[in-house]
Amino acid sequence: MCLAVPMTVVEITPDGGGVVELEGVRRSIRLDLLEAPGVGDIVIVHAGYAIETLDADEAEARMALFRQLAQTYERELGGPVDLVARPRGEGGG
Amino acid sequence: MMRLVDGFRQPRAAKALAQRLAELGAALGERRVRLMEVCGSHTMAIARHGLRDLLPPNVTLVSGPGCPVCVTDPGYVDAALDLAERGARLATFGDMLRVPGSDRSLEQARADGASVRVFYSPAQVLEWAAAEPDQPWVVLAVGFETTAAPLAALALEIRRRGLSNVSLLTATKTVPPALDALVVDPALAIDGFLCPAHVSAIIGAEAYRPYAEEHGRACVVAGFEPLDILDGTVALLEQLLRGEPRVENRYDRVVKPEGNRTAQRAIARAFVPVDAPWRGLGVIPESGLALAPELADLDAAIRFERPVTAGRVNPACRCGDVLKGIIAPSGCALFGKPCTPDRPFGPCMVSSEGSCAAAWRYGRARATATTGRTE
Repeated sequence: MCLAVPMTVVEITPDGGGVVELEGVRRSIRLDLLEAPGVGDIVIVHAGYAIETLDADEAEARMALFRQLAQTYERELGGPVDLVARPRGEGGG
Repeated sequence: MMRLVDGFRQPRAAKALAQRLAELGAALGERRVRLMEVCGSHTMAIARHGLRDLLPPNVTLVSGPGCPVCVTDPGYVDAALDLAERGARLATFGDMLRVPGSDRSLEQARADGASVRVFYSPAQVLEWAAAEPDQPWVVLAVGFETTAAPLAALALEIRRRGLSNVSLLTATKTVPPALDALVVDPALAIDGFLCPAHVSAIIGAEAYRPYAEEHGRACVVAGFEPLDILDGTVALLEQLLRGEPRVENRYDRVVKPEGNRTAQRAIARAFVPVDAPWRGLGVIPESGLALAPELADLDAAIRFERPVTAGRVNPACRCGDVLKGIIAPSGCALFGKPCTPDRPFGPCMVSSEGSCAAAWRYGRARATATTGRTE
């Protein structure tokens, strides 16, 4: 029930509403729950209400971390991990 | 910026995290660890992507009471159906439709002629009520903080517009009081919580501090993309290995330490905490949200003079034990035979975010529970 999707604000209407867009699909939503929404903000939309603004820098930073993980994995292991067998003598406590 | 969703679904990063999980599992040695997620969207994502298969054998991830529909007492459905019989037009989220009341569900009542309309957003009711000013509309207000905030905004907007033909029947709930109850339950023995994503967007990561500092539980707020969940689980195990439980926010692209203050103010204006029944958990003090005294005339239970009373639960349904993480869905004798999403006996099988529905849709249990069902 709390699933929500990030969409970009493309219009703000005077009555506390607005229009958001994701990949060409537009939808009217309510912006009452945000302090100061702005056009261009990426917002998390749940049940027709924007519930929070997405911090694009934090999103990019975490994606970069995951990209780095992926690269490290490829460089160091070069192959698929056997997810059943437990590695021995690795990992530190 | 790459497409957000793709950035959190990089397969090689998942493999790296899975390897890290295996290392952490090995480092835990003989120690067995039990983690709980309390977010219906986590439940679904974990089942859909098969993330439990990536956990080390000594780590168990159980699904707690993270689905607001699933914890709703059947007596609430009974009350809603009574209001429909008294002429109310019910407006609801779709996942409430098939939740069994003591005798019938909203869907069955609708087939018998009750007026039940499904909204995507509760804000739609503003238009419906304005279009039919002589009809009494009742909004079925079910949800945790993520939904309580929109419902609060709706109640305040109903008042602002002076709409006299809309009221709310509340079974709105808050997550921290349920965690308070779970954390002291010796039968559960939870080592750490994978904290919900969008509930946390409203209440803030700091809300979990007592569970770390007073109760010694590891707490990590995580988003619900597969990498978010794996990464959050890695963080939980790392905390437990270090023996330093604290609150970590790994969903900082959305969740602020203090949460969404505007949403919190809306909730505080529209609602007051009340004791509330949770299916499987019993009555939890101050875990429900009722309309504030200034908005009491919007309370459907008062307007229709029909308070919500306890309903009858099918005694064979073990939804309550599933919600507490005491048994897995497959541990219930009804699971799969005869209880399925098509013919649900309990709310955990009804809601798409219910543990039983998720296990049924995506789990291996399906293969053995019955035959011939295709998707």
